[in-house]
Amino acid sequence: MAIRERMSGNEAVAYGIRQVNPDVMPAFPITPSTEIPQMVSTYIANGEIDTEFIPVESEHSSMSAAIGAEAAGARSLTATSSAGLALMWEELLLAASNRMPLVLTLVNRTLSGPININCDHSDGMGARDTGWIQIYAENNQEAYDNFLQAYPIAEHSDVHLPVMVCQDGFITSHAVENIELLEDDVVKDFVGEYEPEEYLLNPGKPIAVGPYSVTAYAMEAKKNQELALERSKEVILQVAKEFEKISGRKYGLFEEYRTEDADYIMLIMGSAAGTAKQAVDDLRLQGKKVGVIKLRVFRPFPAQELAQALKNCKAAAIMDRCESYNGNGGPLGSEVTAGLYRSKVMIETVNYIYGLAGRDFTVNEVYDVFSQLEDLVENGKEAEQYQYIGLRKTGGAQ
Amino acid sequence: MRTDVQKINEQTPHQELTEGLIMFAGGTSRYFETGEWRTSTPVLHEDLCRQCLLCAPVCPDSSIPVTDGERGDFDYDHCKGCGICAAVCPFDAIEMKEGR
Amino acid sequence: MSNYSLKEMMNKPERFAPGHRMCAGCGATIAVRAVLRALEEKDRAVIGNATGCLEVSSFTYPYTAWEDSYIHNAFENAGATLSGVETAYRALKKRGRLPEDETFKFITFGGDGGTYDIGFQSLSGAMERGHDMVYVCYDNGAYMNTGIQRSSATPMYADTTTTPVGSQSNGKMQNRKDLASIIADHDVPYVAQTTFTRDFKDLHEKAHKAIYTKGACFLNVMTPCPRGWRYNTPDIMKICRLAVETCYWPLFEVDHGKWTLSYEPKKKLPIEDFLREQGRFKHLFKPGNEDLIAQFQAEVDRRWEDLLFKCSR
Repeated sequence: MAIRERMSGNEAVAYGIRQVNPDVMPAFPITPSTEIPQMVSTYIANGEIDTEFIPVESEHSSMSAAIGAEAAGARSLTATSSAGLALMWEELLLAASNRMPLVLTLVNRTLSGPININCDHSDGMGARDTGWIQIYAENNQEAYDNFLQAYPIAEHSDVHLPVMVCQDGFITSHAVENIELLEDDVVKDFVGEYEPEEYLLNPGKPIAVGPYSVTAYAMEAKKNQELALERSKEVILQVAKEFEKISGRKYGLFEEYRTEDADYIMLIMGSAAGTAKQAVDDLRLQGKKVGVIKLRVFRPFPAQELAQALKNCKAAAIMDRCESYNGNGGPLGSEVTAGLYRSKVMIETVNYIYGLAGRDFTVNEVYDVFSQLEDLVENGKEAEQYQYIGLRKTGGAQ
Repeated sequence: MRTDVQKINEQTPHQELTEGLIMFAGGTSRYFETGEWRTSTPVLHEDLCRQCLLCAPVCPDSSIPVTDGERGDFDYDHCKGCGICAAVCPFDAIEMKEGR
Repeated sequence: MSNYSLKEMMNKPERFAPGHRMCAGCGATIAVRAVLRALEEKDRAVIGNATGCLEVSSFTYPYTAWEDSYIHNAFENAGATLSGVETAYRALKKRGRLPEDETFKFITFGGDGGTYDIGFQSLSGAMERGHDMVYVCYDNGAYMNTGIQRSSATPMYADTTTTPVGSQSNGKMQNRKDLASIIADHDVPYVAQTTFTRDFKDLHEKAHKAIYTKGACFLNVMTPCPRGWRYNTPDIMKICRLAVETCYWPLFEVDHGKWTLSYEPKKKLPIEDFLREQGRFKHLFKPGNEDLIAQFQAEVDRRWEDLLFKCSR
């Protein structure tokens, strides 16, 4: 029996942690993810779970300790945001290269500077090439559901990679919404016990983790790691199928919303997908053939699958909640267009940067994006290939 | 999943390397012979050795094996010829000879 | 009270295999072997290691010198990494996922770079949280792995590659950080400073105490580096003896807040005896540099008096 509740995204993830009862959680507070270790500590203080919490002195140490614990044979996780993730960067790489199936619940917040506590995806995107699986949520329900699927993906013998479960800071993490929770025993059965084959604390079976490697081995090791990330795509889909059986909720690499006959598609990630869907519903009432693709799994990147999903539209708006300072757009913009090119899908695309550092993203702005795409295709009106939404400029609004 | 170190070398295909380059074994370095580094070699004069064992703990290369409380001959597969053992021997029972 | 027997100790199975790539005559591996001998044979261990000479040389894929489980993570986080391992041990024990009769001990090794400097925060955190582990600093007084750059453990006037001696420079300008005291100020149960003595009794007993005292313990072990210090490689034991006899490297322990001197030289030797053996201090013996040696001596004396005072309370 599903449990109907009202919760914030942070509460939902903490609730999931309570149900999984992991072995070890090192964490260091940072807005807006602080509530997660706080709530876990409270569960522990009240005897609801017996996870070992390590109050480390920095995020670098939280990821370091999580790697130590995971290598030792314990199911481990941590939580962070923004600068915390940036401080972990070196350790993110090591978690992945050492093939540690641990979980990080990331509450997306912009990176400094200027220091700002609000949402964008610059933290997660900054870690996009660290070898982690990255799954983004639109709302509290998805944050909860994605967290529950994280260990079965990470610990799968074809994968053995860490998973980052991402939700938007404040917008998702702090807003209270309806949610459907699963029963404790259903979650326990689904996630199962952690039974690693080899680990530091296996008596009489010593292992050695983290070698120096000469060139002759390092390149091969990196390829093996890449192959595991490729294989994870199939595992993510398998786990989603299993999850559907217990929850009734369906997940894939991305969600297609009213795209079957769409001429114009907005490709977006995270909470703003909700805004985009609302705008699409409004525009559909006016007879506009528009749709949304909400990317759920950013790593491994489903380039071909996205190209197939976009191939029948006339133009796509690729939405980046992140400036990647490459002089050429955002990370999604680059990767999606590269994927289209490789699949020989030659549709029009425009890469929009929106919502940086918590800037509002509105239904009206989605209307504007779709009308610009339409203008581009129908009237040949040129659109800048890379542009900002909601940016104040001299000479008035854009 | 235990690793046989002797099956891994610089020609091993990527599929046959261990996951995460973790070694599922201990003490595999003994298959790497650092004795080749030596430019001078300790020689034990057993007649002079009084088995005080002061040489055993100072060896950086675990190359002075001790069994039943007595040291044996040097592990020349691994001894790098640093000469610390000869310097600490109170009985001049270890002599450093040029070459390997 | 002590029944230490070198013979008995050397008879134990070796837990650090040969075939590692440390330099010939390296002090660090002598320290590692001595620390590992202090483990009871029946006990298992997980060894942590900060990036450094020891790490890149003792686990060069696919060759590990460690008979026990081993984890190297990065340079600045050996304290935090072993915190995670030790916590996992408690979690698995609590949850019945490890046999009750299996005991694991947790020892991590870091050089002075990984310990005094880049790993200082991680070490401080691990000590303050009181994980049941031992952090062993093998202190060779510079960043040797990258080619002898100064660290905060480097003694004043040492010639290093980032404090080179030249017409305008007499080497490092600052005194070394007293890390053992700093960790003792964390109020951890056991801290000791040691180096190699003839029969290794001092190091052995301190390592044993550190491993078998519950809580976070710290050992600072002076491990000469023939490359960085530029002494005659076979003379490592002489260098250690002079460090102790000149009171440059006093042997002491802080057991639950109680400071105790482990050894007091009958006649404190002049610091020149220690400095003269090492190429890194060669410039101090040039005519006109007598005052530099006098300053060095004054600092050694000041610290020695301070230690005697702490040990008299």
